[in-house]
Amino acid sequence: MIAFENVAYNYGGGELLSEVSLRLAPGSFHFLTGPSGAGKTTFLKLAYADLLPTSGHVTLFDREVRSLSRDEIAHTRRRIGVVHQDVQFLDHMPLAANVQLPLTVAGKGGDLADLKDLLTWVGLGHLADAVPPSLSGGERQRAALARAIIMDPDVIIADEPTGNVDWEMSLRLLTLLVELNRMGKTIVVATHDLNLIRQAKAQVPARVLRIARRRIQLAGADL
Amino acid sequence: MRWPAALLRLLDMGKQAERVVPPTGHTAWLTSFTAGAMTFLCVFALALSLASGRLADRWSDALARTATIRLSAPPDQMQLQTDAILLLLSTTPGIESAKALSDDEARALLEPWFGPDLPIEALPIPRLIEIIEADPGYDGAGLRQRLAAEAPGAVLDDHTRWRRPLAEAAGRLRLLGWLAIGLIGFTMAAMITLAANASLAANAQVVRVLRLIGARDSYIARAFVRRFTLRALSGSVVGAICGAIGVALLPSADAAGGFLTGLGFTGAGWLWPLVLPPLAAVVAFAATRRAAFQKLRELP
Repeated sequence: MIAFENVAYNYGGGELLSEVSLRLAPGSFHFLTGPSGAGKTTFLKLAYADLLPTSGHVTLFDREVRSLSRDEIAHTRRRIGVVHQDVQFLDHMPLAANVQLPLTVAGKGGDLADLKDLLTWVGLGHLADAVPPSLSGGERQRAALARAIIMDPDVIIADEPTGNVDWEMSLRLLTLLVELNRMGKTIVVATHDLNLIRQAKAQVPARVLRIARRRIQLAGADL
Repeated sequence: MRWPAALLRLLDMGKQAERVVPPTGHTAWLTSFTAGAMTFLCVFALALSLASGRLADRWSDALARTATIRLSAPPDQMQLQTDAILLLLSTTPGIESAKALSDDEARALLEPWFGPDLPIEALPIPRLIEIIEADPGYDGAGLRQRLAAEAPGAVLDDHTRWRRPLAEAAGRLRLLGWLAIGLIGFTMAAMITLAANASLAANAQVVRVLRLIGARDSYIARAFVRRFTLRALSGSVVGAICGAIGVALLPSADAAGGFLTGLGFTGAGWLWPLVLPPLAAVVAFAATRRAAFQKLRELP
């Protein structure tokens, strides 16, 4: 589904990632950990073709990213839902329209009842008409998750999704991600919150990838 | 996507895409104002060009088929030589008709300069003979030789000396008018390109969000292209209406006479200002589309 082969990434000021090789299997649940600035966000951006590797090969859905045209990259992103810590919306549009945006962009109408169900599932059914600037941090994260999954993507990538929310909201978001994994989605979550990882491992067979010294290692089962 | 097809799809598909861009910003009025002002100027350039064209045609065609013989002779010889010239002209191939101007007609010609009471009989004014050329025309060199033999004081003036520079001047004025229209179109395209670039840069966050959720460049571009095209179209409609009113308010040809009063539209020429708004929309469409795709390649 997503495969890295000897991938390196250089920001110009030195090599950030080096000799990264891994394969994310369909339906897997991975956490990505490591100190700040270690390259977690860079790794995730490589995984959804927002960045191209300096060397090596990144393969998304059996296509090498360098061989993809700009339109093909856009189509590939429709199969990958992304949630950022600093999630961004179109602030002039109501929440429901923002969540529905991937469908709109893809030229699909979508079912209004499905949209309501989705908003209710993430606990935002009552905020459908609210504009994003009026939402709290936790509400924004859940809205981002709803937007990320509305296209029924194969992979969900979340970059520090619990960074700006309290523990209760973190658990709520984790529960949503676990439910999605149980539906068969491949989940990759970048976080430095070990308690969150422990909570997840109690519910699903999550694996932990650790970035250290420019390389990614598969961490042991015990944390 | 070829852009004529893209233009047709614009009104339909771009409507939905347009909503993703916030409907505010200084580029909105700047685009409309630019399109309006440029169209207003374009109407006048068009009027100038069309008037120059009419003038050039008139000077080229209407006067091209006429000539004048100016006869200077002693008073007692004047009528004799006039008759001889008219006889000569009647037997010259390529001349449709020839007529000597009477004293009254000569007085009418001179009246604007010397007033109505000119004692024309007492003045040594040459006799004028007006010639209308047939098709094909006469042999000018041959006619001059025959005139020299029959009436040594007769001079053939086929108007070429003064008609040609006037027709050339009018032709160049027409060319300048079209050049001005071209420059106005180019300037409008440049200003709309700048406005589109500013709008894209100001909405970089919108572009980032759209890319993140899988929007293609064509979708993002469409959101901006439709907006700028419609703004240019609406601004241009206002500019065309104001320009047409301005041209209509110019004094009529009967009021004062001369070149400046002919500066306007006649008959179907009034339809020309209607062509300008769609043209402005096409220019805005092409400029914004080009700018959008270029900018989207630059944006991270």
